[in-house]
Amino acid sequence: MAFFDQSDDLRSSKKRGAINPFLDLEKTSVLQETRTFNETPLNTRKCIQVLAKIIYMINQGEQLGQTEAREAFFATTRLFQSKDVTLRRMLHLVIKELPTAPDDAIIATSSLTKDMTGKEDGYRATAIRSLCKITDLAMLTAIERYLKQALVDRNPAVSSAALVSTLQLNKDGSPTDMVKRWTNEIQEALNSDNVMVQYHALGLMYSVKKHDRLAVSKLLSKYTRGGVRSPYATCFLIRVACKVIEDNDQENNSHLIDFLEGCLRHKSEIVIYEAARALCNLPKLSAKDIAPAVSVLQLFLSSPKPTLRFAAVKTLNKVATNYPSSVTMCNLDLEHLISDSNRSIATLAITTLLKTGNEGSIERLMKQIQSFMSEIPDEFKIVVVRAIQGLCFKFPKKHDVMMSMLSTMLRDEGGYTYKEAIVNTIIAVIEANPGSQDTGLFHLCEFIEDCEHGVLATKILHLLGREGPKTSTPSKFIRYIYNRVILENPTVRAAAVTSLAKFGAVCQDLRPSILVLLRRCMYDSHDEVRDRATFYLSVLEGGNTAVINQYIVDTLQSSIVGLQSLLVHYIENPTSEPFNLASVPITTAPAEVTVNSKTDDMDTGPRKPAVPQKTRQEELAEQLAQIPEFGRLGPLFKSSPQPIELSEAETEYYVQCTVHTYPRHMVLQFDMTNTLSDQQLENVKVEVEGELYNVLGYIACPMLCYNKPGTSYTLLELPEDPSDVPCTFSCTLKFLVKDCDPNTGEADPVGYDDEYVLEDLTLGLNCLVQRVFKTNFAASWDEAGEENQAEETYQLTTVKSLQGAVDQLTSFYGMQPCERSDRVGEDKTSHVLLLAGQFKGGIDCLIKTKMVFDGAVNMKVWARSPVPQLNDLLVSSI
Amino acid sequence: MSMIPSLKTIKGICILDNDGKRVVSKYYDTTDDTFATVKDQKAFEGKVFKATEKANSEIVAINNYTVVYRSNVDLFFYVFGDSRENELMLLSVLNALYDSISMILRKNVEKRAIFENMDSVLLICDEVADRGILLECDATNIVNRVHVRTEDIPLSEQTVSQVSYDILKSFNWLSQS
Repeated sequence: MAFFDQSDDLRSSKKRGAINPFLDLEKTSVLQETRTFNETPLNTRKCIQVLAKIIYMINQGEQLGQTEAREAFFATTRLFQSKDVTLRRMLHLVIKELPTAPDDAIIATSSLTKDMTGKEDGYRATAIRSLCKITDLAMLTAIERYLKQALVDRNPAVSSAALVSTLQLNKDGSPTDMVKRWTNEIQEALNSDNVMVQYHALGLMYSVKKHDRLAVSKLLSKYTRGGVRSPYATCFLIRVACKVIEDNDQENNSHLIDFLEGCLRHKSEIVIYEAARALCNLPKLSAKDIAPAVSVLQLFLSSPKPTLRFAAVKTLNKVATNYPSSVTMCNLDLEHLISDSNRSIATLAITTLLKTGNEGSIERLMKQIQSFMSEIPDEFKIVVVRAIQGLCFKFPKKHDVMMSMLSTMLRDEGGYTYKEAIVNTIIAVIEANPGSQDTGLFHLCEFIEDCEHGVLATKILHLLGREGPKTSTPSKFIRYIYNRVILENPTVRAAAVTSLAKFGAVCQDLRPSILVLLRRCMYDSHDEVRDRATFYLSVLEGGNTAVINQYIVDTLQSSIVGLQSLLVHYIENPTSEPFNLASVPITTAPAEVTVNSKTDDMDTGPRKPAVPQKTRQEELAEQLAQIPEFGRLGPLFKSSPQPIELSEAETEYYVQCTVHTYPRHMVLQFDMTNTLSDQQLENVKVEVEGELYNVLGYIACPMLCYNKPGTSYTLLELPEDPSDVPCTFSCTLKFLVKDCDPNTGEADPVGYDDEYVLEDLTLGLNCLVQRVFKTNFAASWDEAGEENQAEETYQLTTVKSLQGAVDQLTSFYGMQPCERSDRVGEDKTSHVLLLAGQFKGGIDCLIKTKMVFDGAVNMKVWARSPVPQLNDLLVSSI
Repeated sequence: MSMIPSLKTIKGICILDNDGKRVVSKYYDTTDDTFATVKDQKAFEGKVFKATEKANSEIVAINNYTVVYRSNVDLFFYVFGDSRENELMLLSVLNALYDSISMILRKNVEKRAIFENMDSVLLICDEVADRGILLECDATNIVNRVHVRTEDIPLSEQTVSQVSYDILKSFNWLSQS
């Protein structure tokens, strides 16, 4: 009878349109319902329902307060009296889900231990998992014995639960000492007939042995020969094998690679794919080695399962980055996938094709993309845009096809990030191929005619102002820019005014027309636009080339963060002197746009916010400002762009040096790492000796533990005469060493002094020069005047190419190459390198070198700056 | 791809209804910023739902995650993993989850049935994975573990699903003999 009651219940509830008991649960009422747990006899069904409600409620994100959780927990523990298996399992689940304090958890420990060791197989496994979840390591000893027994239980569920729970005992995944003593039990579980038990045992065994290279390789050689039945365990073995191959690349790993290749013929697709993927990702394999993996993946491409196709095309996409020719044989299959109903697969297929495509097939591919672009979401479009960018660099001759494709894409529908990606691509292409500049700029002009994103419009206007005047027909751009002044919002209008002024400054013949336009802008409704127009107008009307260059062409290059901190300092410490802009550190020139083809193509997630990022220089400056001793040194002028290595990473102590230049001092920052696990260093400092330098003091690093980086500083006085600055220092690491236990990190109380000789540190002129970007080098050069010039002729015999000479000179002077003169065209025999910088003390200096290559590099160097001695120093220092 | 080999391969499993509302979700890696709080998790679920509600194509890449999914009537089942994870393995987890739920609901996988058997569904989710480690991938095994013998318990105290399961079993037995 009871049975019919229930099924009636079910049917009627369906008829009524289901009153969902889980809809709109109220926390307080659910907690009230826990009173059911006190009833005698227990209503099992109702109790299960209430427990499900509690879990559901927590799962929906309801936060339980400390007392609420506690009361609920104590209420549920009463349910241990029931024998119902489902109720008991729900109870175990609730105990895991409730946020219980460890002190309260003890209450449940004994009941759970009883459940785990009891006769009822139905809930032994869940009891183990709950118990291990709520106990902390201290209470573990009480259940250690039972857990160890459970590892080898005949019931696979119990054994799996014990293995997995043991693995999870430590949050960071490193096994406790207790677990390390259980290798026999784990080994026994490894030989289990149950596939899941074997998988879990393998995972636990590896986590115990992973730091012991010999043991891992034994484990591998034993199980790669066979004996692993679970496909999951085989996948895990493949991963371990890859890790081993990656870690010891010197040794002979051929047996492991053979194992991976053998797995390509496994009966399970999971294993085949894992092995193929592993082979493709291994470093240092030849195209021939990965050929079998690629052909397996090719078969997957035509599988009816979307996941298999996705997995295969994703892996091939990666392979195509490094071995495009290996993937070419899959091109036909990939082209079929362009019409795949899963757009992720289609996008991956198209980007793979873009990577493998040759120059001839580009036009055809572009047509295919065009038909396909309207159907996919924005993030995939961005992936395609990035792939096109890669293609532009690979086949510069085809830029017109791709440029027109990009401009069509710009006109189509799309969100901000998509448009931004296209604009960035076009800009990158323009930078790389001067030939594409005119077309590219005109495409961008057309885009801003109808652009809803102010940020992009201002960015493009800025680019037009910089590059437009240098094109053959600058007058063509004026109309587009002035249209912005008429039609747009104030931000864009202001940017357009600045852009106009730049045309007026550089193109003499356009200046009268620009002046007319700027005068009109003075009637603008917005302050900023009017202010800019007035300012530019008066500068341009003045007609002084030097002033025009300084205030319109080369705008302020001071670091904004640096300027802010110095201004704050200026306001806080009132003086009668005016603020000196020359003391503000200069922003390091914008980093070159590098195409990073290694980025994961499916990485379409939101980029890190690009705007408020601090440069390395600013970060270092902030770090230094925190040290009170360096407070009185004045503003930081420059830090060396890359740390200099004073010892190799594999040696006992790894030391890197960063040089900071102040007005009268120099700070050497040493970043040190102790790579010896059985030593602890104290009072660590680096003593340096240089000919004309006085060492003023050291800030030692108080303690340097194993693998934890530390920093010490050495303060030097800068020689008066800049020509004395280039110098070679001998460096010695001095410290107090204490032996320590590698496992616990506990150090002996007594130590002894020791020292370690580091490589010499060589400083050049570049630590006194800051990079400055000059948009119009010729104008600045003329402005500096021939009377302030020094020259010298050199022959460089050690340099084997013009590009090499350019790179060396640029880093030697630490100055900014202008007008893209850092790139030497192919097959050129002569080159002109233009460098601009600011010498310590705010002196602008320019260097021009003409070089000719005929087996060796012959070059002539000119330097111009207002200080004659500096010029002599610059040309003579090479 | 120098990942340290680990058994923790699943980032999360999740069941949403046809409005994208959470029915049951489990996230195993709360150190990951995407899943750190319930708010983050629900934001991610919204994103996933938007990408999958229209297209029925089994797999999709979202941010740095691979998402495999299956839908039926008014429900969506998802399994999430790292983008470097073996996609086929994630699929086998999804199939284990879906098939075992389908078994206890007698192929009647829909929202109402899920809510009527919430206890079993929760237990199944718990049996599939433990904090990111795949526990069992065979649907029959999972169902057997969740549904244990019921003869000792008086009929009036059994859950609906248990009773129906027993009936189903006896029918199977009848048809076989």
